[in-house]
Amino acid sequence: MDVGLLISILAVAIQAGTSLVFATLGEIFTERSGILNLGLEGILIMSAMSAFAAGYHSGSLLVALLVAMLIGGLMASIHALLTVSLRADQVVAGLALTLFGTGLASFLGQNLGPGGKPLVGEIGPKFSKVALPFLSQIPYLGPALFNQDPLVYLMYLMVPIAAYLIYKTRPGLHLRAVGESPATADAMGVNVNRTRYFYTILGGMLIGLGGAHLSLAYTPGWTENLTGGRGWIAIALVIFATWDPWRAVVGALLFGAVNAIQFRLQAAGTTIPAAFLGMLPYLFTIVVLVLITWLEAFRKRVGAPAALGLPYVREERG
Amino acid sequence: MRIVFERRLEPSRLISILVPILSFVLALVVGGLLLLAAGANPFETYKAMLEGAFGTSYARSETLVKAIPLMLTGLSVSIAFRMKFWNIGAEGQLAMGAIATAWIPLFLLPDSGLPTWALLSLMGVAAFAGGALWGLIPAVLKAYLRVNEIITTLMLNYVAILLLDFLYTGPWKDKEGYGFPGTASFKEIVALPRLPQDWGFGRVHVGLIVAIVAAVLVWLMLTRTKWGYEIRVIGENPEAARYAGISLVRNILLVMILSGGLAGLAGYGQVAGIAHRLQKGITVGDGFTAIIIAWLAKLHPFGVLLVAVLMAGLSTGGDQITMTMGLPAAMSGVLQGAILFFVLGGDIFVRYRLRVVRAVEAGS
Repeated sequence: MDVGLLISILAVAIQAGTSLVFATLGEIFTERSGILNLGLEGILIMSAMSAFAAGYHSGSLLVALLVAMLIGGLMASIHALLTVSLRADQVVAGLALTLFGTGLASFLGQNLGPGGKPLVGEIGPKFSKVALPFLSQIPYLGPALFNQDPLVYLMYLMVPIAAYLIYKTRPGLHLRAVGESPATADAMGVNVNRTRYFYTILGGMLIGLGGAHLSLAYTPGWTENLTGGRGWIAIALVIFATWDPWRAVVGALLFGAVNAIQFRLQAAGTTIPAAFLGMLPYLFTIVVLVLITWLEAFRKRVGAPAALGLPYVREERG
Repeated sequence: MRIVFERRLEPSRLISILVPILSFVLALVVGGLLLLAAGANPFETYKAMLEGAFGTSYARSETLVKAIPLMLTGLSVSIAFRMKFWNIGAEGQLAMGAIATAWIPLFLLPDSGLPTWALLSLMGVAAFAGGALWGLIPAVLKAYLRVNEIITTLMLNYVAILLLDFLYTGPWKDKEGYGFPGTASFKEIVALPRLPQDWGFGRVHVGLIVAIVAAVLVWLMLTRTKWGYEIRVIGENPEAARYAGISLVRNILLVMILSGGLAGLAGYGQVAGIAHRLQKGITVGDGFTAIIIAWLAKLHPFGVLLVAVLMAGLSTGGDQITMTMGLPAAMSGVLQGAILFFVLGGDIFVRYRLRVVRAVEAGS
């Protein structure tokens, strides 16, 4: 097979997968603390919209990124308030966040444009590709890996940092303890609720970066279905990744590759109807999820934090 | 001094009634702030929404029209949620029901000469089957392989909607439609009859009666049959259900046939009762609004009917302010989401009371 084609698919896969990596990392942190946040799609679309709006009005990409992280963190803090302090059902609270976020993003997108007009169709600042000196000269892989936008490079940095934090540091140990056995963590002197708040909000900020990548780099601009279910795919990726940052990258790249192949086929003028190509990522998610669930059951391993989805009340622990 | 939650000996009835009402009010306050920010007068906007939803005979009938699919998808979702099977796929199941509905008069029996009632019944059965089959896919995956149903039901939404769009813009597109994206319109005889016009029912079709009957049947099933009992036990305590010898596999499959089928019937109402063809606007997020409805109704079938009408009112009211005041229709979605937030957050006060304790007393 043509090496050039493979390299170009890899390059597109990385672009398409970057937002997924950020979102998946964010959800991994959140779920590791025992909080299931199904509001990912809502956070993603809100932060994508606000990143674009902030960039559009300030002209500054840095401001746009900060706003995206702020909005991501704020949205996630609603979830933390509902599930940690008010002990609401985590599944329904997450769904509520997604429904709310989707509606609010659509509402604000209609109002935040120039002079209170819609944002759709406006052009704002965007992250362009920056070829890294020397690294992008590496034969074959260089142009695919190191001729990308700055957020992709940030993603490269974020994955090892996340893995290091979770597996090798004391806060990471506390995080895992809170997710596996909050009563034990509590006895160790770890503040369970504070930990859950912290990582849910941190997760939201990372998801916010994912949203920013969508509206500032991957498909610059704002449209109402910009995220197209990526938030849900990221939730599936967390399961695929068995809550491990490194495997999250593999999963996100796979999905990016499915996207890339979809575009390739479309560009090549295939006879397969666009609707069926459009179904690919979703069907692929289901197939991958089935395979991984089957495989993990076969290995008698679950991988999910033991206390995922359960509220922790000190006086009522069983 | 700090504030702690103290468990009530018994859940408070008063508060369980107050929570949804206060939630609604607080959501209106949040929405009002948004409206202010958008430069609109919240009071005038809400007044316009209320009139657009319930103010005239026409408005009331349109709200009921909108409520029909919400009732059916609300029932669909609530029956699955009863068992803690998180069916987020009512939207896709509705789409498959719509496809199955249209398939009968357009392709299976185009000129059958069958009487209207027979054709319409067949279409209803097909719609139920279409939704049920779509619901069975995640059910089978969950029951036999324990695949997370939240993801699979959700992904299948996208697939079903893409399939629906593909059909009416592609192979099923009306050849004589001058490029209009949609199938050919059904013949006159396969439209669901409307309720009496003299009583101001407007476009309200017999789907409303289907939804009410469905709610009664679901209620009877849940409260009067062994099956309903099993579903409730599984939902409340899956471990206990397992020890009692209740089959989880069988119940997941059966419940999802019913849940998917009800959502399919919602598609039936939209196609056979309103559009009379497949076209844009069949799937408008009813399957997602259904989640809010189910939860606000505490998964109770009759509650679902009531809340569905209220949510439909928000939606038709939202359309009204879009038309007359140029405000985004998404406002109703924001309000619906906000109501759910407050209900979720407020539910803790049903089971707990707030108490202020002094630091010394708390001992820490």
